[in-house]
Amino acid sequence: MVTKWLFFRLSLGGKAMNVRVQEQDFDISAEIAAMRAGSPKIGAIASFVGVVRDVNDGDSVATMTLEHYPGMTEKSIAAIIDQARGRWEVLDALVIHRVGTLKPTDQIVLVIVASAHRGDAFAACEFIMDYLKTQAPFWKKEITPQGGRWVDARATDEQAAGRWEGIKK
Amino acid sequence: MIRLLYFARLREALGTGGETLELPKGVDTLGRLRAHLAGRGAAWAVEMAPARNLRAAVNQDVANPETSLKDGDEVAFFPPVTGG
Repeated sequence: MVTKWLFFRLSLGGKAMNVRVQEQDFDISAEIAAMRAGSPKIGAIASFVGVVRDVNDGDSVATMTLEHYPGMTEKSIAAIIDQARGRWEVLDALVIHRVGTLKPTDQIVLVIVASAHRGDAFAACEFIMDYLKTQAPFWKKEITPQGGRWVDARATDEQAAGRWEGIKK
Repeated sequence: MIRLLYFARLREALGTGGETLELPKGVDTLGRLRAHLAGRGAAWAVEMAPARNLRAAVNQDVANPETSLKDGDEVAFFPPVTGG
């Protein structure tokens, strides 16, 4: 696994970039510590953690299963991080997205962005999350007392991603 | 031959996660492929209907109905994404 990710980093031209799609949970403290280690240019780190709610659209959610498109999902998130790098001063970025079956209170997604200053870190973190929600191929299926149902895409997520189009760096 | 992939609700509705297909003569774009698949009738006609909000990718890049297809391509159809 370590060898595989080392190869992934090197294959991206040595640029510090990480995208992980995995079943296992993540530790935000450990990930931030790893990002900060030996990087004195970092002055700001912004992060986002998405968590499974127990209610969606008025129904209680027992579990949620996340499906993805292996290969395209990773490629899509890497492209989103690249777009963020083109707009803001990003020193490092990490996205971890979980797949498989999760339950309420479980962590789903982690975005960490490191920059010299907070403005770039905040904006890039939110941008990456907004684009991930509307572009990266993941699909959620909820198990409720009424049975299983695929979650519908939300217009509000499209609007959130769309508002970045008019915003220049 | 092309490799076809179906995800999420679409995979369940079609009862398959994918297949290989010899591109029929004249089926040279994503839009034409979708119409060809809809022509299979039953669930295919319902799910591949033009009114259905489906997304697609060719070789893991987002594609549109005009995207051209060639032998060896990986083509995926899927519902709007809901990650994060």
